[in-house]
Amino acid sequence: MARKYKGIDQLSTRDKVVVGLMVVVPTALVLWLVWVPAIGSVLLSFTNWDGIGPLSGIKSVGFKNYVDIATIYPPFWPAIQHNLIWLAVMFFIATPLGMFLAVLIDKGVRGTRFYQTSIYLPVVLSLALVGFIWQLIYSRDQGLLNAITGGTTDWYGDPSVNLWAVLVAATWRHSGYIMLLYLAGLKGVDPSLREAAKVDGATDRQTFFQVVFPVMRPINLIVLVVTFIESLRAFDLVWVINRGRNGLELISTLVTQNVVGEASRIGFGSALATIMLAISSVLVVGYLRIVMKEE
Amino acid sequence: MSATDTDPVTAQQAPLSKTREGGPQSGRRWLLPLFLTVVALIWLGPMLLAALNSFRDYAYTAKNGYVSWGGFTLDNYKNAWQQADFGKHFVNSAIITVPAVLLTLFLSCCIAFVVSRFSFKFNLTLLSVFLAANLLPPQALLIPVYRMFRAIEVPTWLNDSGHLLNSLAGLVLVNVAFQTGFCAFVLSNYMKTIPREIYESAVIDGAGVLRQFFTLTLPLCRPPLAALATLQVTWVYNEFFWATVLLQEGDKFPVTSSLNNLVGQFFTDNNLVAAGSIIVAVPTLVIFFLLQKHFVAGLTLGATKG
Repeated sequence: MARKYKGIDQLSTRDKVVVGLMVVVPTALVLWLVWVPAIGSVLLSFTNWDGIGPLSGIKSVGFKNYVDIATIYPPFWPAIQHNLIWLAVMFFIATPLGMFLAVLIDKGVRGTRFYQTSIYLPVVLSLALVGFIWQLIYSRDQGLLNAITGGTTDWYGDPSVNLWAVLVAATWRHSGYIMLLYLAGLKGVDPSLREAAKVDGATDRQTFFQVVFPVMRPINLIVLVVTFIESLRAFDLVWVINRGRNGLELISTLVTQNVVGEASRIGFGSALATIMLAISSVLVVGYLRIVMKEE
Repeated sequence: MSATDTDPVTAQQAPLSKTREGGPQSGRRWLLPLFLTVVALIWLGPMLLAALNSFRDYAYTAKNGYVSWGGFTLDNYKNAWQQADFGKHFVNSAIITVPAVLLTLFLSCCIAFVVSRFSFKFNLTLLSVFLAANLLPPQALLIPVYRMFRAIEVPTWLNDSGHLLNSLAGLVLVNVAFQTGFCAFVLSNYMKTIPREIYESAVIDGAGVLRQFFTLTLPLCRPPLAALATLQVTWVYNEFFWATVLLQEGDKFPVTSSLNNLVGQFFTDNNLVAAGSIIVAVPTLVIFFLLQKHFVAGLTLGATKG
């Protein structure tokens, strides 16, 4: 083993093979199951493939699928609207709520552990399960809400209220997650900054908004992107309720319905998928820029 | 962050802000805990309601309404377990979750090791390829994945229908592909903090890359690996979308996707659903209470860079 030392990046032939495998195996898996499908969705979106004939029989139809989606596919615009409402509620209500709770819990009053644990308990539950648990509250005949108020609203079924009912459940989970992220962020803020602000006579509110909040910039950005991406990817919760119909249409459920349903319209579904990809790519690029900036 | 370091602050604040002298000052002491207790109870509410209803007889609650007390029974658990066939589905969940988490962690360690140990030009691009994959909406990739899985032949011992679609192995692969990005990112941040001198002395001793990886890097990464393992078990166990669309036979479903078995076509017994929900939640709740520290560490590691 009398290898001459030439710095730690000097690799023997065997080492090169090992390093090569360490890179190639995981990369191949991710390219195969994430990136090839992503490109596939984009390409298929310009075709009229019905999913039955051979791949060679595919004909290009240009932007026809996109035009159809925007003009003669009734659930599309409601779905876009619902995704935007979803985003607005998460952004303006659930996220600030999570941040607010984190600030209160961070004050360190007695029982902090209990508060903290209770509020982020929903984070460990799957969103599908969240749908079932809230059914116990929202059910028309057996739900707690109607039992207390004496109402007869079918909270999950009535298209005029079900999106809002679902958003309450989603907020229940999302704000716990955001609280956790901000709690970590707040612990990382240099305490001397706060003390300096206090000495200068700043109120709690001023200290938070003018000193603490700006210092947490990296976490603010990540929370922002997480909120956007989760709002775009929302799926499980509405799928277990009614497979995304009747007031609960989301882009993600439309894509899925077009593939696994009776009528599989591959080209059409792919165009919907491509729209999703286009929106998310903006967010993903934003996220990567934030987290990679420090490297 | 305890009561001790807030006291001097409030003491300093008292002479500064006139509005907070006397009464309100002492008033605020109980206001915050009271408020937080109320919030915590509201947050626990749905889970407590599920737990309570799961022990109640349907006939009793149908007659007396849900705002009542009594009719306690264990039958819902027995019935839910049998009707949804949870025994089989828990086995399916284990068959998916255990290999998926182990494989995810191993492959992420490989990528993270290369990215942090060497200074290749492609490092940043590589990491981005993985991290971005973690963030794409899975629904948008469904069509090609579904088609590819249907076209790929596998030996029948892996799946009796002969292709990757409708197989637990396929589900493991999809989960690994999606989760590796996040883990690789967290691990690479951690590995970058390992001092390079350690590798230097190993190289001088003649240790190859493989030995450095297994005897130096991995043992040092125990804390983030514990955190990520906890997090990944929860996430893969909770995964719903891929399991629902890639598995067509109900008896292959993992637990999370099998809850629907409790929903009747025309009538649903919510007490039964409550019992089923609690059964499904138990593994994640156990993880949550036993490994809370790791779970929180895992979630925040990704967001705060160590």
